[in-house]
Amino acid sequence: MAVLGTSIRRREDPALITGKGRYTDDFSSPTMLHAAIVRSPYAHARLGAIDTSAAAAAPGVVGVFTAKDVEAAGLPGMVPVGWLLPDLKVVAHPILAIDTVRHVGDGVAVVVAEDRYQARDAAELVDVEYEPFDAVTDPAGATAEGAPLVHADAPSNVAFDFELGDSESTEAGFASATQVTEIELRNQRLIPHAIEPRATIADYDSSTGKLTVRMTTQNPHVHRLLMVLASLGLPEHKIRVIAPEVGGGFGSKIHHYADEAIVAMCSMQLGRPVKWIATRGETNLTDAHGRDHVTKAAIALDADHKIVGLRVDTYATMGAYLSTFAPSVPTFLYATLMSGQYDIPAIHCHVVGTFTHTTPVDAYRGAGRPEATFVVERLMEEAAKEAGLDPTELRRKNFVQPDQFPYQTQVALEYDSGNYEPALDRALEMVGYDDFRSQQSARRAGGGKQLGIGFSTYIEACGLAPSAVAGSLGAQAGLWESAEVRVNPTGTVTVYTGSSAHGQGHHTTFSQIVAEKLGIDVDAVEVIHGDTDAVQFGMGTYGSRSAAVGGSAIWLSVDKIIEKGRRIAAHLLEAAVEDVEFADGQFGVKGAPDKSLGLADVSLQAYLAHNYPADLEPGLVATTFYDPANFTYPFGAHIAIVEVDTETGEVELVRYVACDDVGNVINPMIVDGQLHGGLAQGIGQALWEGAVYDDSGQLLTGSLMDYAMPRAHRLVNFELDRTTTPCPHNPLGVKGVGEAGAIASPPAVVNAVVDALSPYGIRNIDMPLTPEKVWRAIAAANGEGSE
Amino acid sequence: MYPANFDYHRAGSVAEALDLLGQNEDAKLIAGGHSLLPMMKLRLAQPSQLIDIGGLSDLKGISAGEGSIRIGALTTHAEIAASAELAEGCAIVAEAAAEIGDPQVRNRGTIGGNLSHADPASDLPGVVLALGGTIEIVGKGGGRSVAAADFFVDLLTTALGEDEILAAVTVPTLGAGTGSAYLKFEHPASGYAVVGAAAIVTMSGGSCESASLCFNGVTATPLSADAVGGALAGGSADDAAIDAAVDSNLSVDDPLSDVFASGDYRAHIAGVYAKRALREARGRARS
Repeated sequence: MAVLGTSIRRREDPALITGKGRYTDDFSSPTMLHAAIVRSPYAHARLGAIDTSAAAAAPGVVGVFTAKDVEAAGLPGMVPVGWLLPDLKVVAHPILAIDTVRHVGDGVAVVVAEDRYQARDAAELVDVEYEPFDAVTDPAGATAEGAPLVHADAPSNVAFDFELGDSESTEAGFASATQVTEIELRNQRLIPHAIEPRATIADYDSSTGKLTVRMTTQNPHVHRLLMVLASLGLPEHKIRVIAPEVGGGFGSKIHHYADEAIVAMCSMQLGRPVKWIATRGETNLTDAHGRDHVTKAAIALDADHKIVGLRVDTYATMGAYLSTFAPSVPTFLYATLMSGQYDIPAIHCHVVGTFTHTTPVDAYRGAGRPEATFVVERLMEEAAKEAGLDPTELRRKNFVQPDQFPYQTQVALEYDSGNYEPALDRALEMVGYDDFRSQQSARRAGGGKQLGIGFSTYIEACGLAPSAVAGSLGAQAGLWESAEVRVNPTGTVTVYTGSSAHGQGHHTTFSQIVAEKLGIDVDAVEVIHGDTDAVQFGMGTYGSRSAAVGGSAIWLSVDKIIEKGRRIAAHLLEAAVEDVEFADGQFGVKGAPDKSLGLADVSLQAYLAHNYPADLEPGLVATTFYDPANFTYPFGAHIAIVEVDTETGEVELVRYVACDDVGNVINPMIVDGQLHGGLAQGIGQALWEGAVYDDSGQLLTGSLMDYAMPRAHRLVNFELDRTTTPCPHNPLGVKGVGEAGAIASPPAVVNAVVDALSPYGIRNIDMPLTPEKVWRAIAAANGEGSE
Repeated sequence: MYPANFDYHRAGSVAEALDLLGQNEDAKLIAGGHSLLPMMKLRLAQPSQLIDIGGLSDLKGISAGEGSIRIGALTTHAEIAASAELAEGCAIVAEAAAEIGDPQVRNRGTIGGNLSHADPASDLPGVVLALGGTIEIVGKGGGRSVAAADFFVDLLTTALGEDEILAAVTVPTLGAGTGSAYLKFEHPASGYAVVGAAAIVTMSGGSCESASLCFNGVTATPLSADAVGGALAGGSADDAAIDAAVDSNLSVDDPLSDVFASGDYRAHIAGVYAKRALREARGRARS
């Protein structure tokens, strides 16, 4: 029975929906202490004396620590950056601030008490002297002359200056063009908001010298490695990082934060387990934020409306420090996507990364690719309008054609496969495009609420990463994934994967892969992840990589199992190895239908081995470290229809149609679920979400009363379909879907609103498209007399 | 999200609650807790003592009287939204209560807590004001009634004394000739009213006998646009009349302003929603 490609129910859900799932905060012990971190209320200040005496004397308090104690304990005490760029300005990021605080929420002290209320109460008693300074929060404004410096050793607040593509050929393209369309875009800052806040329990056992850290992590081995190298300095084998159930991450739980190191230090100092659970307010101030770009971009067309050049200039802020993967996001994961689905002969992308007095920015669902897709798809829409073409027509004219694959872009990537028009055709059919345009005309004639349609024919590069490409762009790190498959003596299977799940459904999809290949029941497969003492080194879950990279590693390990099984079966059946075939869970001998053994027969004999030939090892275990040959390139066509109330500026999403191509599908229900979540986040960015700082660096949207998350009642039933162009270079033919919705949807929604308002001559409104911004754009257009 | 230390007392009677309240000037009453607890978790409020009046059944329930409907302070938003008495006699209260928060909030939150908290962006104050409702208050010395127009004093400030308890709200029964509508422009994050327009229009023989219009969310206290109602009275209250009445008579001084909606924009939305709410109310009046 085929199990790959079927919507079996998620095996992890019975525990989660009956409250049996155990998250970090669900672990307690009688000796456990609780930490509260004292955080800077200023965005930029000199740190004076810290008086901890009142806090230390408060009820239940067992310890108060500052940067001085970190130094005294002899810890390295730094938060590292894990991704380098050529000429990256690497700045110091102490786990507790030394001399200067650089964003609201920067940690200055930690209070540890018998319970979490006592810890919070005492944290308010820590008396910190601050001398506040001016702050800078704007990604581009940070480089202005006279802007306050975030780090004395980073002149002009520049973290890096990155270029990709060819400026000369791009300028030549623009010089030859008959139409140049320019646009200025703000891709606003977002706050991730996983439902479970970040959390850490550190338990140091001085008798063994071993530190156990239970924490919300998407990548426990990477966390362990970074703690060893930069923050704690303990030997790697003496740290065990465990990810219990993790309630979502969207990137924010990839990064190594100061907090887990602070909590570990407390446990090492006090010899007792210490728990820290971020409050929602702390989450908003300290979880790495996403996006925050200021961009000028232009596209050049020739007389046949073929694109002859694309130019992008972006300021992307890193925030106050360099978070773990931050430098890769607006460079490696952004500039490389500027060709979109289009055959563009010349591209140049220039990105300046800047420091600002804000929460650090790092990978957030899509990470760089939503920003790139937003630039490309907004440009396509505006260029089509300027050319007087239907937006779908300009896209069709410029799509990379099926016979052009593999297609080498001008920005480092080689697209392995693709077939873009069928997805667009299908989406147009689903939405009833011709009909829509006549409804739209009728509305325009009648006044009142206006209809708009917006397109996004997106591509993404996921399945991070071919390590060679990462290396060629200066990463100094690869991004393979590991899988160990152990067939137990009775024929059940335990999979150890480096892809540590936090909501994706790996227990289900990974089991489907193994069950399909070995011809066993899904329930005969157990998936183990998220424990550095149990699982071999792995890279973790992000970048839509788990199926394509982690799943492929499992596939290849199962291949090795079958290979080994054939040798054992050949021995047991007294046949030649080359005559043993494996199908439907049976090892059989060619031409001898009565001679066959089940997987369980073979696995039992693998462990009872007592008469093996010298060249056959006992056991039935295989490990693979899989480094993909290329990225995978999911693509699709997304269409949003919106209604705009021109009296108030309110935007209502009316329909959302998408035809995606994510390659082969392991579990359609899980794929649809991933798309739904991604779409909610992307539509949320377009219409509601946005972190806002005031000029002094205070976060004005620091709570869920101010920061508008997407809500179910504001969304629509998503209308989804798929085309299938398998990935040619991984064994499963899968591409990845975790980020597609968040990447594709913001430009679709913004294009739809701009389309609705095109009679007013409105060309752009910055996200989020709040009613007031839309209303002001209409008012300004009316004031100019364009209608 | 960890409140400071506090004591908790569950009151067995109104008299006991008043006693406790009189003994500790730092005490706060709690019923549904949906206004107070969020402030305590953020440590914006740090009462030393909570007096829980949630179990006092005398303060609960909706009863229709002669020409008016009395709503006990502890009646939840969900009970108000589902009330047959209100649907029949004063539908706008139920309509506004249904707009508050989400089902969990409506199941816990009470009208008494809502009005005495006096959050300018919540949904009931402007409605009670538009209806000319009366607030019943009890104190150690007995009871008193305060007109809604005198109850809302300032941002988060009411005429309720520190040692008093809001006992009930009385709203008029609206006749068939009167239509009402509550139209809300909600904040996408908090769900509170950026603008909540409460309109009540009484029609008689094709002409407007009276009209009243109040807003939540626009100013620090619920805003009563008496001039708009006055301009409509005696006229046809057709679309053109409503537009003209609002355009010429609605003025908003010192509108609230935040990251989501500036003061100018709030004032503009107040005008648009006023017209829409008045039209809807007029349409519902069966004259």
